[in-house]
Amino acid sequence: MSGAPKDVPQPDSFAFTPEYMALAEKFIAKYPNGRQASAVMPLLDLAQRQNDGWLPRVAMDYVADMLGMPPIRVYEVATFYTMYNLKPVGKNHVQVCTNLPCWLRGSDDIVKSCKRVLGIGLGETTEDGMFTLTEVECLGACVNAPMMQINDDYYEDLDSTSAESLLTELKLGESPRTGSQIGRRSCEPIGGLTSLASLRPADSGTGGE
Amino acid sequence: MPKLTIDGEEIEVEAGLTVLQACELAGKEIPRFCYHERLSVAGNCRMCLVEVAPGPPKPAASCALPVSDGMTIKTDSEMVKKARRGVMEFLLINHPLDCPICDQGGECDLQDQAMGYGTDRSRFLENKRAVEDKNLGPLIKTIMTRCIHCTRCIRFATEIAGVPEMGATGRGEHMEVGTYVEKALTSELSGNMIDLCPVGALTSKPYAFTARSWELKKTESVDVLDAVGANIRVDARGPEVMRVLPRNNDDVNEEWISDKSRFACDGLKRQRLDKPYLRKNGKLQPVEWNEALAAVGAKLSKTDSKKIAAIAGDMADCESMLALRDLMASLGVPNLDCRQDGAKIGGGARSGYLFNTSIAGIDDADALLIVGANPRLEAPVLNARIRKRYLMGGFKAAVIGENVDLTYPAAHLGAGPDSLSRLISGEDPFAEVLKKAERPMLIVGMGALTRNDGAAVLGLARKAAETFGMIDGDWNGFNVLHTAASRVGGLDLGFLPGEGGRDTAGILSGADSGDIEVVYLLGADEIDTSKLDKAFVVYQGHHGDAGAHVADAIFPGAAYTEKSATYVNTEGRAQHGALAVFPPGEAKEDWAILRALSAVLNKVLPFDTLAQVRSKLAEAHPVFAHIDSVIAEPWGDFGADGAADPAPFKSPIDNFYMTDPISRASKTMAECTAVARGEVLEQTGTDG
Repeated sequence: MSGAPKDVPQPDSFAFTPEYMALAEKFIAKYPNGRQASAVMPLLDLAQRQNDGWLPRVAMDYVADMLGMPPIRVYEVATFYTMYNLKPVGKNHVQVCTNLPCWLRGSDDIVKSCKRVLGIGLGETTEDGMFTLTEVECLGACVNAPMMQINDDYYEDLDSTSAESLLTELKLGESPRTGSQIGRRSCEPIGGLTSLASLRPADSGTGGE
Repeated sequence: MPKLTIDGEEIEVEAGLTVLQACELAGKEIPRFCYHERLSVAGNCRMCLVEVAPGPPKPAASCALPVSDGMTIKTDSEMVKKARRGVMEFLLINHPLDCPICDQGGECDLQDQAMGYGTDRSRFLENKRAVEDKNLGPLIKTIMTRCIHCTRCIRFATEIAGVPEMGATGRGEHMEVGTYVEKALTSELSGNMIDLCPVGALTSKPYAFTARSWELKKTESVDVLDAVGANIRVDARGPEVMRVLPRNNDDVNEEWISDKSRFACDGLKRQRLDKPYLRKNGKLQPVEWNEALAAVGAKLSKTDSKKIAAIAGDMADCESMLALRDLMASLGVPNLDCRQDGAKIGGGARSGYLFNTSIAGIDDADALLIVGANPRLEAPVLNARIRKRYLMGGFKAAVIGENVDLTYPAAHLGAGPDSLSRLISGEDPFAEVLKKAERPMLIVGMGALTRNDGAAVLGLARKAAETFGMIDGDWNGFNVLHTAASRVGGLDLGFLPGEGGRDTAGILSGADSGDIEVVYLLGADEIDTSKLDKAFVVYQGHHGDAGAHVADAIFPGAAYTEKSATYVNTEGRAQHGALAVFPPGEAKEDWAILRALSAVLNKVLPFDTLAQVRSKLAEAHPVFAHIDSVIAEPWGDFGADGAADPAPFKSPIDNFYMTDPISRASKTMAECTAVARGEVLEQTGTDG
């Protein structure tokens, strides 16, 4: 896992495009002189975005050079955080949470649906390079479990049907609705208020019953 | 000063110490893996847990906890014992219990501490994790499954060696220590990681599976592969030197040695001269000692003393140089030199050829100018000391000479003597730094002094030292960095051309032209031996290297591990090396060979035992009466005025791994050379 990944065709060079360079300079400018290394994480993220969602070694070396860091210090960061992909990923990186709350709410079914629709197992990429399916740890949306993240968007309150339909939409090149798939707003309770239900604005002065 | 109670005993310690250090002062042993005195505190192994009050009701990591007044510390309470047992059980969860096939066995911190503080069984029934081994080059063998993630090697590489190439990649269960991208470490000090590793994850590749620590005879000695005089321990089994390890000496090498000092010892077994030889009909033939001595004696007594010359090599010990000097003096030979590289030093004040600041004194300097030296290659351990000073802060360095990575930032002021002149006249902005510095120092290396204009460069360096106030009261910031272990001793003994005598260059040209007929080489190999074809060459030494190839008579001598001998390091510190194994075959200790030769010549040298030689040494120079100490030398006259050639300085060391007959004969050093030159790393694997 944490040695340099083998059998990954590594590109020969990497450099930020002018747009990404402008963003990178903005991040670097946030830190005081001599502390540029603090910008390593946003810069790695930029590099990953520019490079179709994964970080080749040349990109890590490029960031190291840009920030005046020894390359190994950048490798340490990039291998520590699972959100940096050290192998190529599909255009849609499907990350299904299988931690306890999501699992209790049926994440096993979501994983099964993903496997069925995409025709790949966990950690695999479709042949056309459109999808990569990954099992991830908690993404912090337990209230709306089960959930998955595809690229930058969260899809929550899933069941087999909604998971399958949104993956199908993605396959067809459409943009499915993000967020809760059952129409709730943010993480409000599903069936209306469950506490302080009797406390209406008009009664607020009386202190209740 | 905070007062503490440790296990019921009151103790007062300096503020700023950690609880672990305080416990050590109180004589309590605290087990540890990640903590090391010379490295930063990591606090990640949790083995040093102690009970501290006041504080939270749980054990605290003593290595990372500063002392405060009124602390009560328990190092052997039930809580502490239980905590240690717990930590040990966790450490052993993923550790393969393969001590019987592990090279660290017998000198392993984990093994010892598991015995002392652990339990006798594990409750872990699941599969242990396995980690792929890394390839760190020809010196360090890795079995990474044994690694307990103490990060000592990472901190050593980053802090001491100054080559941040080791790191911990991945997280949690998947964390691995290594270089991530396969590469050989580029440090000249990498071998020290083997000593630092508390388990068998990093072990010595050349030493792999050759011996067990308890079957080795340990001899404390001194290294001679550079002029630092690092303190070493020679581990031998029977007649064989198995390995060389560093010995702590805070004034010299702290506890580090260079990779050459550590790994060149396999060269002691190869290409050895173990019999006397005489050239008969153009071919070297083994002969008896008597015959060889008689032949050389006859040749010497037949030859006009003005036509005899002697050159002492870079690893010659002081005893043999004294014997050779006195023997030549008794024959009336004026042509002596111990500077086989032609360095223009010696003859003047002793402070003109010493590292006057002393190695420990580097810690007090606040500015450094390096002239014509590459300390990283010429004295890696000394370079680590400079880096240590740099890390302490408030230290500026600059280099005149080759622009190389010294592992600390150093401004490059120029390549040759003209840059030094410019600095002296104040044209270079670094002059201001040196002027403002309270304790500036200067290191002038052999790259500057072995040139034809070496004396003028030495004069310039002296001028620089005086201009920038480097000679001020107790502080002497003028330093010559030698590369030869024998050099300072030779200069102290006056192993130099006498009245009308020739120096090395003169001897070589004389031998070429026929003016010199007999040349006695005392382990001198780094000279242009092609000029010695016409002369009768006597080679006394331990390796069949360049000198032995042109020799007409060979006296097999002892290498530094095979004799009790005195060496003076670049600071002027005399140290005793010790005999760890006997010289091979018929080889003898070097002073004894010269003593025997003197008897053949009827010029018997006045000593029969080592003690007598050493008392003669002490008569010859007071430094030999003060072993292991540095005598501050008064500032005196040395160097020359005159124009220096503007050609750039070049370090005399091109290939760090091969500088002398021992390292040239070493297979390990040959592998290091190949890797350093960019040839492919050999395959990784457990077969070493």
